[in-house]
Amino acid sequence: MPATSSNQPLLRVQDLHVEFRTRRGQAQVLNGVDFEIRGGETLCVVGESGCGKSMTALALLRLIPSPPGRISGGRVLFQEEDLLKAGEARMREVRGNRISMIFQEPMTSLNPVFTVGDQIAESLQLHAGMNVQAARTRAIEMLRQVGIPAPERRVDEYPHQLSGGMRQRVMIAMALACRPDILIADEPTTALDVTVQAQIFDLLRELQREKGTAILLITHDMGAVAEMADRVMVMYAGRVIEQGTTAQVLGEPSHPYTRGLIECLPELGSSTASDEREALPEIAGMVPSIWELGSGCAFRERCPHAMERCATEVPPMFEVPSAVVPLHAAMPHGAACWLHAAPQPHKLKEAA
Amino acid sequence: MSFMADTDTLLSVNDLKVHFPRGKAGWGRPAEVVKAVDGVSFQVRRGSTLAVVGESGSGKTTTALAVMRLAPITGGHVQLGDTQLGTLEGEALRQARSRMQIIFQDPFSSLNPRERAGAAVRAPLELMKIGTPAERTQRVAELFEAVGLRPEQQQLFPHQFSGGQRQRINIARALATNPELVVCDEPVSALDIAIRAQILNLLARLQRELGLTYLFISHDMAVVEHICDDIAVMYLGQIVERAPRRSFFARPLHPYSVALMSAVPTVSGGRRRAAQRIKLTGDPPSPIDPPAGCRFAGRCPVAEPACKAELPPLREVAPDHWVRCRRVEIVQGRPQPPLHLQPA
Repeated sequence: MPATSSNQPLLRVQDLHVEFRTRRGQAQVLNGVDFEIRGGETLCVVGESGCGKSMTALALLRLIPSPPGRISGGRVLFQEEDLLKAGEARMREVRGNRISMIFQEPMTSLNPVFTVGDQIAESLQLHAGMNVQAARTRAIEMLRQVGIPAPERRVDEYPHQLSGGMRQRVMIAMALACRPDILIADEPTTALDVTVQAQIFDLLRELQREKGTAILLITHDMGAVAEMADRVMVMYAGRVIEQGTTAQVLGEPSHPYTRGLIECLPELGSSTASDEREALPEIAGMVPSIWELGSGCAFRERCPHAMERCATEVPPMFEVPSAVVPLHAAMPHGAACWLHAAPQPHKLKEAA
Repeated sequence: MSFMADTDTLLSVNDLKVHFPRGKAGWGRPAEVVKAVDGVSFQVRRGSTLAVVGESGSGKTTTALAVMRLAPITGGHVQLGDTQLGTLEGEALRQARSRMQIIFQDPFSSLNPRERAGAAVRAPLELMKIGTPAERTQRVAELFEAVGLRPEQQQLFPHQFSGGQRQRINIARALATNPELVVCDEPVSALDIAIRAQILNLLARLQRELGLTYLFISHDMAVVEHICDDIAVMYLGQIVERAPRRSFFARPLHPYSVALMSAVPTVSGGRRRAAQRIKLTGDPPSPIDPPAGCRFAGRCPVAEPACKAELPPLREVAPDHWVRCRRVEIVQGRPQPPLHLQPA
């Protein structure tokens, strides 16, 4: 059953470090990631390729291929139990049952040689101890809940017989069959048409309302964040560089990278604003490779406000004074940027 | 806002059809035909951008490929300048290809992994025997600079570049033969958001400097609104609305266009916008057996029984604004959409 209190964090990630062994040495993929998820809320993780957002999700479920990857530090406290210390048997109890995950490409995430009904029933038989008949009945019910018409017929179909949107619904059905506390959705709609994406987002919100599931939604689409998120964390080069409520982060972006991301997107309505076609504001340069991070802030080479300090010291997460009242006093709006150090620095967390 | 002038037209597509036979004819049953493109017409003015938008199965990519003669044309005409592309064969077709080039969506699979970047950009010049070897070297250097790559990067292999950089190589290669028409098939969809802005700005700048004409295929309405001069919306192999940019985005008329616009999440709209969204149920019908009447009627929130009876023609309801919907009425000189977009 999902956590009843929405004030106690369901999941607390502290100082998570993940590294990969490569020919060139140890690559630091996650450099001290901290965040919390509360019951029933949606936390969006935003960032571009290589920022570590997918790696964070895999780390929570201990799905990082090891070797060559390794969780080298930190804690993942799920209802106060450190999952990083749990045995494999305990992790199997958690995966698909208490914490579930859906992926970007529903075709490659579904087993092509089993019916969709069998795939949903599998986790029910495994975790809920249901027999074949009971699991099948519940699978049909789940298909109905995720909006698949004629579920009693579809339950015996194979993934290739369904459209992309339907397959993603099946994935959601599988992930929610055991009523997990947290659903991790890694770019679930990137491969889908926008009208289908709208349906999937509606479905996720509805299921969240009914079942109280918390959602960790990984995305690069700021519009999706505005629509789905209660809170947002922005990642860059393996660190969280901004976090807060959706209103705070999208309304008052305080890290230059977040501001750059929001401003560089064309938004609907640009044609009514003016007939002049202005260039989109760009973030100069590219995300540095893991080997080029050096010391200091990873964003400094691309930052219009970079100072000397940025090259030598990694900024900690500073509290940003906000006109918007934060949801929880314990979770104010934070940005890891030296711009927010002066004049009254209030550090939320020491830099890793 | 200029109107479409005949003398200025670079690309003219007339009743284009691309039908793919599927499987063999059975006993007393004709072979199934996938009608990917089923009667599409549009014109693109020289130096402008026509965006063709639609979702999976709309036929937008097949349309672009057919224009490039990379997909078979089953019916209709494609004219580039004075040349009928549909009937060209052999050497004449090969020569015509230097006038039209394409940038594909996936920057990874569109480059030969065993070919250095400089060689990839040089290849069209070699194939079309353009210039002397020294001139080709010079041209490749110019192209690299034009797309924002450094000269020494000519020696690198595709895997040594990021997605955005690879797309720049693709753009350089597409421009090598000085084409008049560049088809852009979702050129930024596979790129990170910060890189999209860079590539979109690059494409706009090159269009201005070189007088390029773009056929821009996309499903991203915000990108399309930013970059297009005119827009055509496709659904199940046909154009359902075609209009200049301002006219369309101020007031989309076809219910599918309205639903498509409504589905796009925006930062400023957030949850309010999501709550007012027009909800479409189900999936589009099959292109193998499209319904006899309006192809959107099965999912249309404002369809009437008459809509399913007969396929409505594309009608001009405002200057250059065409729509394929019998329920769009003209009231006091202005077209009224049967389905309204809620203000965000």
